[in-house]
Amino acid sequence: MAIDTTTDLQQTVEDAAAHLYVWSLKDIPQDLRDALRNAMETETHKVGKRILETINTNVSVADERQNLVCQDTGLAVYYVRLGELFPLHPARIEQALREGTRRATLEHPLRSNTVHTLTRVPTGDNTGHKIPHIHWEFVPDWDGLDVKCIPKGSGSENMSFLKMLVPADGVSAIKRFVLDSIVGAGGKPCPPGIVGVGIGGSADLAMHLAKEAIARPVDDVNPDPDVAALERELFELLNETGIGPMGLGGDTTVLSVHVEQAHTHITLNPVAVNYQCWAARRASAHIFSDGTVDYDREA
Amino acid sequence: MHHEITFPTDEAAVREFRAGDTVTVQGHIIGIRDATQIRIFDKGVEPPMSLRGAALLHTAPNVRKLGEGRYEPMCIGTTTSARMSRFTEGLVRDHRARAIIGKGGLLPEALVPLREHGGVYLAIVGGAAALETTQIEEIEQVEWEDLMPECLWKFRVKDFGPLIVGMDTHGESLYENVQVEARKRLEETIYSRL
Repeated sequence: MAIDTTTDLQQTVEDAAAHLYVWSLKDIPQDLRDALRNAMETETHKVGKRILETINTNVSVADERQNLVCQDTGLAVYYVRLGELFPLHPARIEQALREGTRRATLEHPLRSNTVHTLTRVPTGDNTGHKIPHIHWEFVPDWDGLDVKCIPKGSGSENMSFLKMLVPADGVSAIKRFVLDSIVGAGGKPCPPGIVGVGIGGSADLAMHLAKEAIARPVDDVNPDPDVAALERELFELLNETGIGPMGLGGDTTVLSVHVEQAHTHITLNPVAVNYQCWAARRASAHIFSDGTVDYDREA
Repeated sequence: MHHEITFPTDEAAVREFRAGDTVTVQGHIIGIRDATQIRIFDKGVEPPMSLRGAALLHTAPNVRKLGEGRYEPMCIGTTTSARMSRFTEGLVRDHRARAIIGKGGLLPEALVPLREHGGVYLAIVGGAAALETTQIEEIEQVEWEDLMPECLWKFRVKDFGPLIVGMDTHGESLYENVQVEARKRLEETIYSRL
């Protein structure tokens, strides 16, 4: 298949990115809505229940007024699954995602959060050096492109933790690190949210995996049964801590725990935690090689 | 207990509040953030609007510019307060601000200036910005536009809340209470099962 380096398909991807960024900020996915409503109904702590009622009201107000769920428009993070036979080069896809982010920010307009790390000078359009960040997955024998946009707020991103445990620390130290991280984070990352845990690989890969983990739907379960068991155990233990909604106490500390693992070195045992707030915004598009786009809030 | 209060207010009014009480705010709220407070306290620049008796809100809003110094609220929410904990003493002692509205809580050491100089921390539901925006009637004044979006913002509000008294003038913090209890549960019933 010929590679289209110039025109229509790149524009299609750019338009999709611009749409996904705004859409994800306003219309949260159904699995998340269900989880937030369920938490409100089951929470027994008075303050926690009140907070969950406000959260659910807020989701409705955002629907009615077509407004953003949360003011933090985040750093746009894209998760791309690119088929080998999709007729647009990754270099052009990267350009399209950047330009779509910029356009959405200026046209809506959205608050721009992106600054130079040393000078703190804002760029004004939510793009910058190496921003937006893109996670790539390449798929052989396929001609499609999936793009998922996750605007990642700073309240939760500031609650990211990495520890290079050693093999002798075992799995129990991994669990303990996750528990200590989430208890220590308290109300700062806007609980109840999605806890992403990355285990194995190297330091950078562990955190990369933790970020992939928060991008999964609330009720998604890791296909590896050992990893799924760890997800379930951490979910139950974290909800025994009593941190509760907004860190003010309650039964609901997390909506979900997702774990991603990679193989690692015989001497390594890394664990990374990345938190996603209750406003876990997420929206996806499936783009076909002929340029048609299928928007999918639930992917 | 529930309190209806109009800001600006005085010290006696906020000393009535107890951790766990709920609060609805009327009147005016002043938006501040990291860069605003770095300018006031680290660079020593006097703020161009009085913070006396004020309720301060940790925010950097989404706005649309209407004209010179005039902005329309689009989406106004609240950021994490802990980053700005070290400014608490200056706000309550030197500027006589009476309430800090934020999410996630100030660090425990902020309880000291809140107690000594008479200030409270009011917890809002983080992320609930669509709702918060409906409670802001107008942006009346904006200063330090070069710090956009971390300017000094004066908002006129109506039925702003519900807020929860997270830290009071009597040395109590709901956040600390929850932390102490969570650590006790970890030590007593959770770590042993890992």
